[in-house]
Amino acid sequence: MLADRENMQAQELSNGVQQQVEQFLYREAMLLDGWRLEEWLALFTQDARYTVPSTEVPEGHPPEYPALIDDDIKRLRGRVTRLMSRHAHREHPWSRTRHFVSNVLITAMHGEELSVTAAFMVYRFRNGRATQYVGRYLYSLARIDGGLKIRQKRAELDMGGLWNQGTVSILL
Amino acid sequence: MSAMIRPAFGKAEIRAAEMVVEDARRGLFKVHRRAFTDEQVLEIERRVIFDHCWLYLGHASEVELPGSFVTREIAGRQLIFSRDRDGKLHAFYNTCSHRGAMVCREPKGRGRSFYCAYHGWAYSDGGVLIDAPGREGVHHAELNLQEVPKLGDYCGFVFVCFDPAAESLEDYLAGARDLLEIVAEQGAGGMEIIGGSHQHSIDANWKLLAENSIDGYHARTVHSTYLEYLESRDGKSHAPAAIDRITHDWGNGHTAMENPTGALAWGRPCARWVPGWGEEARQEIDALMLELAGRLGEERARRVAHGDRNAVIFPNLVVNDIMAVTVRTFYPVSPHHMVVDAWALGPKGESASSRERRLRNFVEFLGPAGFATPDDMELLELCQKSFGNRGLEWNDLSQGMGSRQPVKIDDQQLRTFWRRWRDLMAADGAAEEK
Repeated sequence: MLADRENMQAQELSNGVQQQVEQFLYREAMLLDGWRLEEWLALFTQDARYTVPSTEVPEGHPPEYPALIDDDIKRLRGRVTRLMSRHAHREHPWSRTRHFVSNVLITAMHGEELSVTAAFMVYRFRNGRATQYVGRYLYSLARIDGGLKIRQKRAELDMGGLWNQGTVSILL
Repeated sequence: MSAMIRPAFGKAEIRAAEMVVEDARRGLFKVHRRAFTDEQVLEIERRVIFDHCWLYLGHASEVELPGSFVTREIAGRQLIFSRDRDGKLHAFYNTCSHRGAMVCREPKGRGRSFYCAYHGWAYSDGGVLIDAPGREGVHHAELNLQEVPKLGDYCGFVFVCFDPAAESLEDYLAGARDLLEIVAEQGAGGMEIIGGSHQHSIDANWKLLAENSIDGYHARTVHSTYLEYLESRDGKSHAPAAIDRITHDWGNGHTAMENPTGALAWGRPCARWVPGWGEEARQEIDALMLELAGRLGEERARRVAHGDRNAVIFPNLVVNDIMAVTVRTFYPVSPHHMVVDAWALGPKGESASSRERRLRNFVEFLGPAGFATPDDMELLELCQKSFGNRGLEWNDLSQGMGSRQPVKIDDQQLRTFWRRWRDLMAADGAAEEK
């Protein structure tokens, strides 16, 4: 992996891959904060996975540790459809959110696949309450036709529990 | 006379027990909204409910191996739930006998002793004081870790009780034993907690979650998006037949609704097949059913495998045996806020494919980021918020009063919970008047 990274640094970072990845993540955050969820969904590949592990064991994986969210593209589409409905009561009316993304690090590159980690902080405001979600993203991004797509997005939460947040009713 | 509640809104004083009004002649059952908002009500609840009822501590599978432990807060007490090297279960107060510091700081683990970081006192896995550095003379029995007054295990569900004079766990559970047996029977080799707990919170009074857990009336409205998702995935209509729903009053406030013949929309990993799972799953479900029938007999197996049950074991244990099995406890922090622990339960040795179906169902519906639970929480918070309204003081739980055959969408289960609550709250006042 170290060799990969050095190799990558030499050839790719100067080509603006870092900037491309950052711009991609910022744009994703913008779509989420604007509740442009159909456009957000279009960022994913058809074999994508979107996961939010349990807060108790954020590094854990199903089936040993049931996740909070573990969606393939079909269920993710269902989640988006649900959130766009006025009967998704927890998010009707929609909360106001702001996704902050930083510490963006390309950790590996294999062919057209990029592994990226980033820190995030998401603020959610609703009904006079402010809550925060803090953690790190692990992405597998696919370079397709010069652009990027999300093959995997994993949002590991640092809070240890949802004592202040109650739920994860928004997309992280 | 602390059982008298401070008057609000200029009304006369009202006793906690009088916050539940039952008028059989007129078919009315009402609950005063101050039962959800009043600090004094919570004080009485802590005293007469949480200090006297049996409370769920954890599942035996969480401390499967000798020396394993989990730490847990139960009704304000810091406890260590553990199994010693001889296989015996314990519930210790997590506090050093010397000056009080907690002797176990990990959420879970395995070891041979508990060690106090303050002055170095150490206790064996059986709670015996084995070291008090520099004070070799102090090793007497009253300095061992203290155990809670009562600990009981029913089918792997482990409970504690802080009242030494309490009835046995079996007597306390009364008819609810049937539910715990039904759940336990789903695993030929017993059941296990899968992974850890999903800890979360709700800005609502704890009794709202008890009510909601046995409210068979809200699914069509609160969970319409989940039901629509199932329909779009499995491509069939899921209008459940109302006819085969029953409710249970198991005594001591324990209550449930049950669909014994499997009319509901979702599949059950053990064991009710739905088309969305495909043919391969069907064979596996058939095999599971065969095993159950061989072990339990046809009739019992059908109920265990095909039935759906949502139950509350008074006061605060929810066991939902539906598209997956979830176990939940919830404790009041204030009248307006509760903390919730939610676990997934499944058969030990379950096949990988069956476990995957189970977790998919669990995550989709039951988890705090599922397609349903967040909406429940929203509705509970909307109730709590509105309880501050003046002028409107009573909730109505009258549906099905006087009915000989109450059905799931009646308020029968809620009334069972509230009658027990009323009786316990009334006992508090009676004791003080002696």
